Amino acid sequence: MANLITRRDAAAVAMAGASLALGQASAQAPAASPIVALPAERPALPLEPGATLRMLRPVRFVQPDEDVWRANCARFTQQTGVQVRVDFVGWEDITQQTAVTANTGAGPDIIVGFDGGPHLFADKVLDLTDIATYLGTKYGGWRPLARADGMRQGRFIGLPFGASGGPAIWRTSALREAGFERPPEDHAGFLRLCQALRRINKPAGFALGNAVGDGNAFANWLVWSHGGFLVDENGAVGINSPQTINALTYLRELYPTFINGTLSWGDISNNRAYAAGEISLTQNGVSLYFSIKNDPAMAPIAEDTQMTPMPKGLADAAPNAGLTLNAMVFRHSRFPNAAKALLAFLMETEQYDPWLQANIGYWSQPLNAYAASATWNQDPKVAVFRDTMNSNFWNGFKGPITEGSVAATADYVMVQMCASVASGQATPQAAAREAERRATRFFRAR
Amino acid sequence: MSVTAAPAAWSKVRQDPGWLVRLFDTKPFLIVACLLPALGLLGVFLTYPLGLGIYLAFTDTTIGRRGIWVGLENFEYLFTDPIFWNAVFYSVFYTGVATIGKFALGLWLALLLNNHLPFKSLLRAIILLPWIVPTVLSAIAFWWIYDPQFSIISYLLVDVLGWRSTNIDFLGSAWPARWSLIVANIWRGIPFVAISLLAGLQTISPSLYEAALLDGSTGWQRFRYITFPMLMPILAIVMTFSIIFTFTDFQLVYAITRGGPVNSTHLLATLAFQRGIPGGQLGEGAAIAVSMIPFLVFATLFSYFGLSRRKWQQGEGND
Repeated sequence: MANLITRRDAAAVAMAGASLALGQASAQAPAASPIVALPAERPALPLEPGATLRMLRPVRFVQPDEDVWRANCARFTQQTGVQVRVDFVGWEDITQQTAVTANTGAGPDIIVGFDGGPHLFADKVLDLTDIATYLGTKYGGWRPLARADGMRQGRFIGLPFGASGGPAIWRTSALREAGFERPPEDHAGFLRLCQALRRINKPAGFALGNAVGDGNAFANWLVWSHGGFLVDENGAVGINSPQTINALTYLRELYPTFINGTLSWGDISNNRAYAAGEISLTQNGVSLYFSIKNDPAMAPIAEDTQMTPMPKGLADAAPNAGLTLNAMVFRHSRFPNAAKALLAFLMETEQYDPWLQANIGYWSQPLNAYAASATWNQDPKVAVFRDTMNSNFWNGFKGPITEGSVAATADYVMVQMCASVASGQATPQAAAREAERRATRFFRAR
Repeated sequence: MSVTAAPAAWSKVRQDPGWLVRLFDTKPFLIVACLLPALGLLGVFLTYPLGLGIYLAFTDTTIGRRGIWVGLENFEYLFTDPIFWNAVFYSVFYTGVATIGKFALGLWLALLLNNHLPFKSLLRAIILLPWIVPTVLSAIAFWWIYDPQFSIISYLLVDVLGWRSTNIDFLGSAWPARWSLIVANIWRGIPFVAISLLAGLQTISPSLYEAALLDGSTGWQRFRYITFPMLMPILAIVMTFSIIFTFTDFQLVYAITRGGPVNSTHLLATLAFQRGIPGGQLGEGAAIAVSMIPFLVFATLFSYFGLSRRKWQQGEGND
């Protein structure tokens, strides 16, 4: 195993900057983490004789992610004799591959998909409640986002492995110059901050273009932090509400403080603008921080950077739905026990903590006990991601996760509602009505 | 004696051909056997996907769930959907303006290249570059050119020349974004038109020009009465292709704006993809794709009837 990682690391170094330097250190020698495991009885999973498993997973953020994952699976093979083949596929492809696998009843036994993946194929995936209960008891319970994405009608149909969140990322010096120590938690204060940043010509910038990740994250924050939601608990469309209109009215004041051009921003635009020093406040995943931290030329910017959750607004906690890695086992698998045993094995401290550390903060744990992982002590700035899964918001909030929520996200219903108000094309009322019209179509009963 | 035995050797009748040989000698069978591979290929790779696409348009299939037949429901919804109509409008506008631009500039370029120039072959090779580069690469190049923060054009105007104080927001509002995409499409389409028309120009006999020169014709007259009519057949077919390519364009728009800002630059192809694949609404996506068919059929008929008219081919009267 040690040889394997060394060899891969040699290739990885050639590939990308110093994110690996940090990652390698942790991959090779995971720091000891004070993780408390409570006694729990592991469900009996008699392995099927001659079992082999195939698993599909989204590609890595950082090389050690893949290395440690493969090493963990190899250890499972060593201990049980069950051969495991892991394939890594591109992020855009995972949903389609899941759909094909579910519909044809052939292909991988396990797919680690995103967010509500298992909910779309609820009748095609195995109930994982037994191992989830065991892991939950042993490691201090599942976090709210893990329950939202993993459970359906009180049963676990997916096993969340981690989530990647999107806090506010900002330049300490710019905020100080504008007279703020950190972004305020209330809307009025946040607006004052953005106005002040614009005055000193170090504006904020949030994506309002058709950006799957950043655009939806900002639009969701805006609506959720005002108490709005796309669908209610029963899955009925509820976007055309006074709360949404308040949010859009607020945006009308907030938008002019942004740097010009955010209406055409894609997912990468704010990263570039922040790294170039054109903006001093935006919302992004941890990748932006690592990209500037690992570039020696950007070290001063990284030094000056801080990350905090987005303002709470009217919500109890920062309204941000992480992107969840969510594993599912298909009913067509001939070796369901082996598949469940593998997933449970990967979530045990000996495997999970090194993996979590290898990801240096890109993924955040679904189980409470892993909050004590050494991952979160490596860099105090990254610690903001520790509680990504302690969020009460999920993609598709606050309804059940259906294909409607996937379609509405892909069609940018929320983003375009915001963008049409920001650009002055529509009044808040008209924009909310239009979003309602589009959402009604996606959430229609069939 | 031996002389009488000899005719026996000659009386051998020709052997009857085997059934296989006879089979391969029958014309109907041969026709079927030779056509079958082609029919099979067409069926598997053309008819089946097209038929499936059309069928899906009448169902509410999503990715992950077999749909049921819903008749025209998808189309009924689309006809009330302003986003769909916006995509129809922009597809037609994009195709129309870009085609005119491509042909005006492409024809001009072809005429220039038809002159005797130094390094003619090299120049022609260079002209082809925008066409050779994969569309996604040129789309990404234009994406940078149109970037709100890092555009080279904004940089030149603001930082180098000082003519403006703010960056140009190419893609931030509807009309600038639409025109920006059309410019990118024209840039990409010119080489195809120019090289095809250049090939046409070279088939025109120089003796026609010589005769016209002897008659004292002007340059414009030579273009109007010789070049243009002689070029008409190839112009018609190149235009048909160009219209079809432009109308079904996907990559430029998807890579540069993804249909934004606020759906103003969606083409039917990008909207169909967005709804169908990432959005998972296969039925609705298929319906959008199917609604492109009438436009494409129109473009094809246009060329078919256009080409079959001798007036276009030989500059004569209708017949």
